[in-house]
Amino acid sequence: MGAIIAGIATSHVPSIGGALDRGKAGTPAWKPLFDAYVPVRAWLKELKPDVAIMVYNDHGADFFFDKYPTFAVGAAESYAIADEGFGTRPFPAISGDLRFSQHLCESLVYDEFDITVCQEMRVEHGFLVPMHLCFDHAAGWPVASVPIAVNVLQHPLPTARRCFRLGQAIRRAVQSYDRELRVAVIGTGGMSHQLTGKHFGLMNPDWDRDFLDRMEDEPESLYTLTHQELMERFGAEGIELIMWLVMRGALSPQARRVHRNYYAPMTTGMGLLSFEETL
Amino acid sequence: MNNQAVNRPQRDRTRPIAESQVFDLQLSYRGYRINKLCNSLCDAGNRAAYKADEAAYLARFELTPAERDLIKARDFGGLLEAGGNIYFLIKLGVVTGNGLYYMGAQMRGESYEQFLATRNDSGAT
Repeated sequence: MGAIIAGIATSHVPSIGGALDRGKAGTPAWKPLFDAYVPVRAWLKELKPDVAIMVYNDHGADFFFDKYPTFAVGAAESYAIADEGFGTRPFPAISGDLRFSQHLCESLVYDEFDITVCQEMRVEHGFLVPMHLCFDHAAGWPVASVPIAVNVLQHPLPTARRCFRLGQAIRRAVQSYDRELRVAVIGTGGMSHQLTGKHFGLMNPDWDRDFLDRMEDEPESLYTLTHQELMERFGAEGIELIMWLVMRGALSPQARRVHRNYYAPMTTGMGLLSFEETL
Repeated sequence: MNNQAVNRPQRDRTRPIAESQVFDLQLSYRGYRINKLCNSLCDAGNRAAYKADEAAYLARFELTPAERDLIKARDFGGLLEAGGNIYFLIKLGVVTGNGLYYMGAQMRGESYEQFLATRNDSGAT
């Protein structure tokens, strides 16, 4: 009885959070980014999802390489804000949906996704930036959340196709839930960025736009790309785009694209796409 | 979708990405001590201890003399080569007053100002 009603793909660049916190969202350099999310927030306010499944990656705030899960799913009543090295940002606590999370975890494991179940998870910019871009939160977050952390740091990473299939399994889990539940799936990260070596700051707007086009029109052409092909187009850190494929797999092929934006001022191509399901 | 994608190699190590290293299990093993130090800096008390006495703080970790030298020299390119992960090195950057863009400029062999001049809109920092 659960239903996926919407999907969003968005970059989660940490400087977006810094710009918001320092009151720079309205400056000429940041306006093209922040303005794009105004209609997204209005749209989501209309759609009223009960739960946002946030597919993101931790950047060393909660997980360390002593034990590193490929897919980690939150199953808690709430999630703390992590200190990722520069203090914790002042946000309302992140509420979970414990009952749905437990169903999701059971469904994924029996669907042969060997996830790590997390009863404590601290979330950081990979999760928080998309949250505050997509949801008004002055009076608390309007949705419960389920964090799903994906290993995009330490190769071997899950393949693009595995990420897409995780999305399909999430869809089956939502649809098999025994209560009415409106779910939005948010895939985060990317687009092109290279943060190591002498080509630090390299972006590839042409490939980024191509990826946006393919997400809309022929997502199946993205699932078979190898990590090598993805990194040659999008940079070593741009491999985060595999998390967008989790969202796309959770949405139906005929989902309608609603919003699209692209802006590349500094070192990362910042992309946005949203989809709505016809229910 | 057919199964061919599964059988295609995900990586081609003969083709480096942007002339740099991709963080994998070999690098993660090599850089474990550096990353463990960086990971500890997600705690405000530890950041204060680091700033108060860097040598004493570094002595808590099983770093090799070469690794300690790279940290003391703020040689971020060298730390990457030694297995530091960029997202963990950012925490070391914070505590030593070297933001990501400074670290990037250093890797490019440029000054911070030179690096900013290469950006589409350097107001977006």
